[in-house]
Amino acid sequence: MIQDLLYGPWPWYYTGPAIALVYFALYLVGRRFGVSGTLKTTCSMLGAGKVSEYFNFNWRDEIWNLVFAVGLVLGGYLGGITFPNEVPVDLSASTISSLEGLGLTSYTETMIPTELFSWEALFTLKGLIFIVVGGFFVGFGARYADGCTSGHAISGLANLEFSSLVAVVGFFIGGMIVTYFVVPFILTL
Amino acid sequence: MKNLRLLIIGIAFGFILTKGEVISWFRIYEMFRFESFHMYGIIGSAVILSFIFNQLMKRTKMKDIDGKPINIPTFYSGTKRYLIGGIFFGLGWALTGACPGPMYTLIGNGAVVIVVAVISALLGAFVYGLTQKKLPH
Repeated sequence: MIQDLLYGPWPWYYTGPAIALVYFALYLVGRRFGVSGTLKTTCSMLGAGKVSEYFNFNWRDEIWNLVFAVGLVLGGYLGGITFPNEVPVDLSASTISSLEGLGLTSYTETMIPTELFSWEALFTLKGLIFIVVGGFFVGFGARYADGCTSGHAISGLANLEFSSLVAVVGFFIGGMIVTYFVVPFILTL
Repeated sequence: MKNLRLLIIGIAFGFILTKGEVISWFRIYEMFRFESFHMYGIIGSAVILSFIFNQLMKRTKMKDIDGKPINIPTFYSGTKRYLIGGIFFGLGWALTGACPGPMYTLIGNGAVVIVVAVISALLGAFVYGLTQKKLPH
Protein backbone atom coordinates (compact mmCIF):
# COMPACT_ATOMS: atom_id res chain seq x y z
CA MET A 1 0.00 0.00 0.00
CA ILE A 2 2.65 2.53 1.09
CA GLN A 3 4.81 1.30 -1.77
CA ASP A 4 1.95 2.03 -4.22
CA LEU A 5 1.41 5.52 -2.81
CA LEU A 6 5.11 6.38 -2.89
CA TYR A 7 5.76 5.19 -6.40
CA GLY A 8 2.42 5.60 -8.12
CA PRO A 9 1.16 6.57 -10.56
CA TRP A 10 -2.04 7.47 -8.75
CA PRO A 11 -5.52 7.13 -10.23
CA TRP A 12 -7.63 10.28 -10.50
CA TYR A 13 -9.61 9.43 -7.37
CA TYR A 14 -6.47 9.71 -5.21
CA THR A 15 -5.10 12.76 -6.98
CA GLY A 16 -8.21 14.99 -7.05
CA PRO A 17 -9.05 14.62 -3.35
CA ALA A 18 -5.36 15.07 -2.45
CA ILE A 19 -5.38 18.39 -4.34
CA ALA A 20 -8.50 19.43 -2.39
CA LEU A 21 -6.59 18.71 0.84
CA VAL A 22 -3.84 21.06 -0.34
CA TYR A 23 -6.56 23.64 -1.04
CA PHE A 24 -7.94 23.25 2.48
CA ALA A 25 -4.50 23.19 4.14
CA LEU A 26 -3.60 26.53 2.52
CA TYR A 27 -6.71 28.16 4.01
CA LEU A 28 -5.85 26.64 7.38
CA VAL A 29 -2.46 28.36 7.35
CA GLY A 30 -4.06 31.67 6.36
CA ARG A 31 -3.31 31.59 2.63
CA ARG A 32 -5.23 30.53 -0.44
CA PHE A 33 -4.75 28.17 -3.33
CA GLY A 34 -3.22 29.73 -6.43
CA VAL A 35 0.12 29.43 -8.15
CA SER A 36 0.34 32.11 -10.83
CA GLY A 37 0.61 34.86 -8.20
CA THR A 38 4.24 33.73 -8.00
CA LEU A 39 4.83 35.38 -11.39
CA LYS A 40 3.51 38.74 -10.22
CA THR A 41 5.49 38.55 -6.98
CA THR A 42 8.73 37.68 -8.79
CA CYS A 43 8.30 40.52 -11.31
CA SER A 44 7.73 42.92 -8.42
CA MET A 45 10.76 41.58 -6.58
CA LEU A 46 12.90 42.16 -9.68
CA GLY A 47 11.86 45.81 -9.71
CA ALA A 48 8.95 45.82 -12.18
CA GLY A 49 7.08 48.18 -9.82
CA LYS A 50 9.23 51.00 -11.19
CA VAL A 51 7.65 50.78 -14.64
CA SER A 52 4.14 49.51 -13.89
CA GLU A 53 1.91 50.13 -10.89
CA TYR A 54 0.52 46.61 -11.33
CA PHE A 55 3.76 45.42 -9.75
CA ASN A 56 4.00 48.28 -7.29
CA PHE A 57 3.18 46.55 -4.01
CA ASN A 58 5.15 45.21 -1.10
CA TRP A 59 6.31 41.87 -2.49
CA ARG A 60 7.63 40.90 0.95
CA ASP A 61 3.99 40.31 1.97
CA GLU A 62 3.65 37.78 -0.85
CA ILE A 63 6.94 35.97 -0.39
CA TRP A 64 4.95 32.96 0.85
CA ASN A 65 3.96 32.04 -2.68
CA LEU A 66 7.61 31.83 -3.71
CA VAL A 67 8.24 29.51 -0.76
CA PHE A 68 5.29 27.45 -1.98
CA ALA A 69 6.86 27.35 -5.49
CA VAL A 70 10.18 26.15 -4.02
CA GLY A 71 8.15 23.42 -2.30
CA LEU A 72 6.71 22.43 -5.68
CA VAL A 73 10.21 21.99 -7.11
CA LEU A 74 11.27 19.88 -4.11
CA GLY A 75 8.03 17.85 -4.26
CA GLY A 76 8.69 17.25 -7.94
CA TYR A 77 12.15 15.96 -7.06
CA LEU A 78 10.73 13.71 -4.35
CA GLY A 79 8.00 12.32 -6.64
CA GLY A 80 10.00 12.19 -9.85
CA ILE A 81 13.57 11.35 -8.82
CA THR A 82 13.53 9.87 -5.29
CA PHE A 83 10.36 7.81 -5.80
CA PRO A 84 9.79 7.86 -9.57
CA ASN A 85 6.47 6.61 -10.96
CA GLU A 86 6.89 2.96 -11.78
CA VAL A 87 5.08 2.80 -15.10
CA PRO A 88 4.82 5.26 -17.98
CA VAL A 89 1.66 7.35 -18.49
CA ASP A 90 -1.23 5.04 -19.35
CA LEU A 91 -2.67 7.02 -22.23
CA SER A 92 -5.78 6.08 -24.19
CA ALA A 93 -5.31 4.14 -27.43
CA SER A 94 -6.62 7.01 -29.57
CA THR A 95 -4.18 9.49 -27.96
CA ILE A 96 -1.31 7.09 -28.57
CA SER A 97 -2.16 6.65 -32.23
CA SER A 98 -2.38 10.42 -32.64
CA LEU A 99 1.02 10.89 -30.94
CA GLU A 100 2.57 8.24 -33.16
CA GLY A 101 1.17 10.04 -36.18
CA LEU A 102 2.90 13.23 -35.02
CA GLY A 103 6.19 11.41 -34.45
CA LEU A 104 6.10 11.85 -30.67
CA THR A 105 7.12 8.47 -29.28
CA SER A 106 8.73 9.39 -25.95
CA TYR A 107 5.44 8.77 -24.08
CA THR A 108 6.69 5.23 -23.42
CA GLU A 109 9.51 6.60 -21.26
CA THR A 110 8.89 10.08 -19.94
CA MET A 111 6.12 12.41 -18.74
CA ILE A 112 6.86 15.03 -21.39
CA PRO A 113 7.82 14.71 -25.07
CA THR A 114 11.59 15.03 -25.05
CA GLU A 115 11.37 15.68 -28.81
CA LEU A 116 10.00 19.14 -27.90
CA PHE A 117 11.26 19.80 -24.39
CA SER A 118 15.03 19.48 -24.16
CA TRP A 119 18.03 21.80 -24.43
CA GLU A 120 18.65 20.57 -27.99
CA ALA A 121 15.02 21.25 -28.95
CA LEU A 122 15.08 24.72 -27.38
CA PHE A 123 17.20 26.04 -30.22
CA THR A 124 14.89 24.79 -32.95
CA LEU A 125 11.72 26.48 -34.21
CA LYS A 126 9.57 23.78 -32.60
CA GLY A 127 11.23 24.05 -29.22
CA LEU A 128 11.02 27.83 -29.38
CA ILE A 129 7.28 27.70 -30.00
CA PHE A 130 6.48 25.04 -27.41
CA ILE A 131 8.78 26.29 -24.64
CA VAL A 132 9.25 30.03 -25.12
CA VAL A 133 6.01 31.11 -26.82
CA GLY A 134 4.00 28.63 -24.71
CA GLY A 135 5.55 29.89 -21.49
CA PHE A 136 4.89 33.50 -22.48
CA PHE A 137 1.18 32.82 -23.07
CA VAL A 138 0.89 30.99 -19.76
CA GLY A 139 2.26 34.00 -17.87
CA PHE A 140 0.46 36.65 -19.88
CA GLY A 141 -2.85 34.75 -19.86
CA ALA A 142 -2.72 33.81 -16.19
CA ARG A 143 -2.27 37.43 -15.15
CA TYR A 144 -4.77 38.76 -17.68
CA ALA A 145 -7.39 36.24 -16.47
CA ASP A 146 -6.35 36.86 -12.85
CA GLY A 147 -5.69 33.19 -12.18
CA CYS A 148 -4.58 29.88 -13.61
CA THR A 149 -5.84 26.33 -13.19
CA SER A 150 -5.52 26.36 -9.40
CA GLY A 151 -7.11 29.80 -9.00
CA HIS A 152 -9.97 29.41 -11.48
CA ALA A 153 -10.56 25.75 -12.41
CA ILE A 154 -10.32 24.63 -8.78
CA SER A 155 -10.73 27.49 -6.26
CA GLY A 156 -13.08 29.57 -8.40
CA LEU A 157 -15.33 26.73 -9.52
CA ALA A 158 -15.45 25.38 -5.94
CA ASN A 159 -16.75 28.79 -4.89
CA LEU A 160 -19.31 28.77 -7.76
CA GLU A 161 -17.76 31.84 -9.37
CA PHE A 162 -19.23 32.70 -12.76
CA SER A 163 -16.00 34.53 -13.68
CA SER A 164 -14.04 31.33 -13.16
CA LEU A 165 -16.41 29.37 -15.35
CA VAL A 166 -15.81 31.95 -18.08
CA ALA A 167 -12.06 31.63 -17.56
CA VAL A 168 -12.22 27.83 -17.79
CA VAL A 169 -14.22 28.09 -21.03
CA GLY A 170 -11.43 30.37 -22.27
CA PHE A 171 -8.79 27.82 -21.20
CA PHE A 172 -10.54 25.19 -23.30
CA ILE A 173 -10.99 27.43 -26.34
CA GLY A 174 -7.26 28.21 -26.31
CA GLY A 175 -6.26 24.66 -25.47
CA MET A 176 -8.35 23.11 -28.23
CA ILE A 177 -7.08 25.57 -30.85
CA VAL A 178 -3.53 24.52 -30.02
CA THR A 179 -4.26 20.80 -29.71
CA TYR A 180 -6.32 20.42 -32.88
CA PHE A 181 -4.68 22.98 -35.17
CA VAL A 182 -1.37 24.37 -33.94
CA VAL A 183 0.31 21.15 -32.74
CA PRO A 184 -0.38 19.12 -35.93
CA PHE A 185 0.62 22.13 -38.04
CA ILE A 186 3.95 22.75 -36.29
CA LEU A 187 4.88 19.07 -36.08
CA THR A 188 4.36 18.50 -39.78
CA LEU A 189 6.35 21.58 -40.89
CA MET B 1 8.11 28.97 10.87
CA LYS B 2 5.15 30.20 8.83
CA ASN B 3 7.19 29.72 5.69
CA LEU B 4 8.08 26.20 6.75
CA ARG B 5 4.41 25.20 6.75
CA LEU B 6 4.02 26.59 3.24
CA LEU B 7 7.15 24.80 2.11
CA ILE B 8 5.73 21.50 3.37
CA ILE B 9 2.34 22.07 1.69
CA GLY B 10 4.21 22.98 -1.51
CA ILE B 11 6.27 19.77 -1.34
CA ALA B 12 3.07 17.77 -0.88
CA PHE B 13 1.46 19.51 -3.86
CA GLY B 14 4.47 18.87 -6.10
CA PHE B 15 4.48 15.22 -5.09
CA ILE B 16 0.72 14.90 -5.77
CA LEU B 17 1.01 16.57 -9.19
CA THR B 18 3.76 14.13 -10.12
CA LYS B 19 2.02 10.97 -8.85
CA GLY B 20 -1.22 11.97 -10.59
CA GLU B 21 0.64 12.67 -13.87
CA VAL B 22 -0.82 16.19 -13.92
CA ILE B 23 2.64 17.39 -14.97
CA SER B 24 2.54 15.25 -18.10
CA TRP B 25 2.30 17.10 -21.43
CA PHE B 26 0.74 13.90 -22.81
CA ARG B 27 -2.06 14.00 -20.23
CA ILE B 28 -2.90 17.60 -21.11
CA TYR B 29 -2.87 16.76 -24.82
CA GLU B 30 -5.20 13.84 -24.10
CA MET B 31 -7.46 16.07 -21.98
CA PHE B 32 -7.91 18.68 -24.72
CA ARG B 33 -8.78 15.84 -27.10
CA PHE B 34 -11.35 14.49 -24.62
CA GLU B 35 -9.88 11.01 -24.89
CA SER B 36 -9.57 10.10 -21.22
CA PHE B 37 -11.45 10.75 -18.00
CA HIS B 38 -8.22 11.04 -15.99
CA MET B 39 -7.78 14.85 -15.89
CA TYR B 40 -11.53 15.48 -15.67
CA GLY B 41 -11.75 13.08 -12.75
CA ILE B 42 -8.90 14.90 -11.01
CA ILE B 43 -10.22 18.42 -11.53
CA GLY B 44 -13.86 17.39 -10.95
CA SER B 45 -13.22 15.55 -7.68
CA ALA B 46 -10.90 18.33 -6.47
CA VAL B 47 -13.64 20.92 -7.17
CA ILE B 48 -16.39 18.91 -5.45
CA LEU B 49 -14.33 18.26 -2.34
CA SER B 50 -13.07 21.87 -2.24
CA PHE B 51 -16.69 23.02 -2.50
CA ILE B 52 -17.47 20.90 0.57
CA PHE B 53 -14.47 22.36 2.42
CA ASN B 54 -15.73 25.84 1.50
CA GLN B 55 -19.15 25.10 2.97
CA LEU B 56 -17.51 23.74 6.10
CA MET B 57 -15.29 26.82 6.48
CA LYS B 58 -18.15 29.25 5.88
CA ARG B 59 -20.80 27.55 8.01
CA THR B 60 -18.58 26.94 11.00
CA LYS B 61 -16.96 30.39 10.59
CA MET B 62 -13.70 28.50 10.81
CA LYS B 63 -10.50 30.25 11.86
CA ASP B 64 -7.02 29.50 10.57
CA ILE B 65 -4.37 28.06 12.87
CA ASP B 66 -3.25 31.56 13.86
CA GLY B 67 -6.81 32.33 15.00
CA LYS B 68 -7.67 34.68 12.12
CA PRO B 69 -11.05 34.29 10.38
CA ILE B 70 -10.80 32.47 7.04
CA ASN B 71 -11.88 34.69 4.20
CA ILE B 72 -12.75 33.09 0.84
CA PRO B 73 -12.17 35.73 -1.85
CA THR B 74 -14.43 36.39 -4.81
CA PHE B 75 -13.50 37.61 -8.28
CA TYR B 76 -14.83 40.81 -9.81
CA SER B 77 -17.82 40.34 -12.04
CA GLY B 78 -16.66 41.37 -15.55
CA THR B 79 -16.29 38.69 -18.19
CA LYS B 80 -13.93 40.08 -20.85
CA ARG B 81 -10.69 39.67 -18.99
CA TYR B 82 -11.58 36.12 -17.95
CA LEU B 83 -12.50 35.02 -21.44
CA ILE B 84 -9.68 36.72 -23.35
CA GLY B 85 -7.07 36.08 -20.66
CA GLY B 86 -8.35 32.53 -20.36
CA ILE B 87 -7.89 31.91 -24.10
CA PHE B 88 -4.29 33.14 -23.95
CA PHE B 89 -3.69 30.94 -20.94
CA GLY B 90 -5.24 27.93 -22.70
CA LEU B 91 -2.96 28.44 -25.73
CA GLY B 92 0.04 28.39 -23.41
CA TRP B 93 -1.22 25.50 -21.31
CA ALA B 94 -1.65 23.26 -24.34
CA LEU B 95 1.72 24.25 -25.85
CA THR B 96 3.85 23.79 -22.73
CA GLY B 97 1.56 21.04 -21.41
CA ALA B 98 1.89 22.69 -18.03
CA CYS B 99 0.18 25.38 -16.04
CA PRO B 100 2.30 27.25 -13.46
CA GLY B 101 2.15 24.59 -10.67
CA PRO B 102 3.28 21.75 -12.93
CA MET B 103 6.00 23.98 -14.45
CA TYR B 104 7.77 24.34 -11.10
CA THR B 105 7.17 20.66 -10.38
CA LEU B 106 8.65 19.57 -13.71
CA ILE B 107 11.90 21.36 -12.90
CA GLY B 108 12.17 19.20 -9.77
CA ASN B 109 11.41 16.14 -11.90
CA GLY B 110 14.59 16.86 -13.80
CA ALA B 111 13.11 18.67 -16.82
CA VAL B 112 15.42 21.62 -16.19
CA VAL B 113 14.73 23.16 -19.61
CA ILE B 114 11.32 24.18 -18.23
CA VAL B 115 13.21 26.94 -16.38
CA VAL B 116 13.16 28.68 -19.77
CA ALA B 117 9.35 28.36 -19.90
CA VAL B 118 9.12 29.89 -16.41
CA ILE B 119 11.34 32.82 -17.45
CA SER B 120 9.10 33.25 -20.49
CA ALA B 121 6.03 33.17 -18.24
CA LEU B 122 7.60 35.89 -16.07
CA LEU B 123 8.11 37.94 -19.20
CA GLY B 124 4.46 37.33 -20.16
CA ALA B 125 3.29 38.48 -16.73
CA PHE B 126 5.55 41.54 -17.04
CA VAL B 127 4.10 42.44 -20.47
CA TYR B 128 0.60 42.11 -19.00
CA GLY B 129 1.56 44.54 -16.23
CA LEU B 130 2.90 47.02 -18.80
CA THR B 131 -0.09 46.84 -21.13
CA GLN B 132 -2.85 46.28 -18.55
CA LYS B 133 -4.46 49.70 -18.96
CA LYS B 134 -4.77 49.32 -22.72
CA LEU B 135 -6.30 45.85 -22.64
CA PRO B 136 -10.06 45.23 -22.50
CA HIS B 137 -11.18 44.00 -19.10
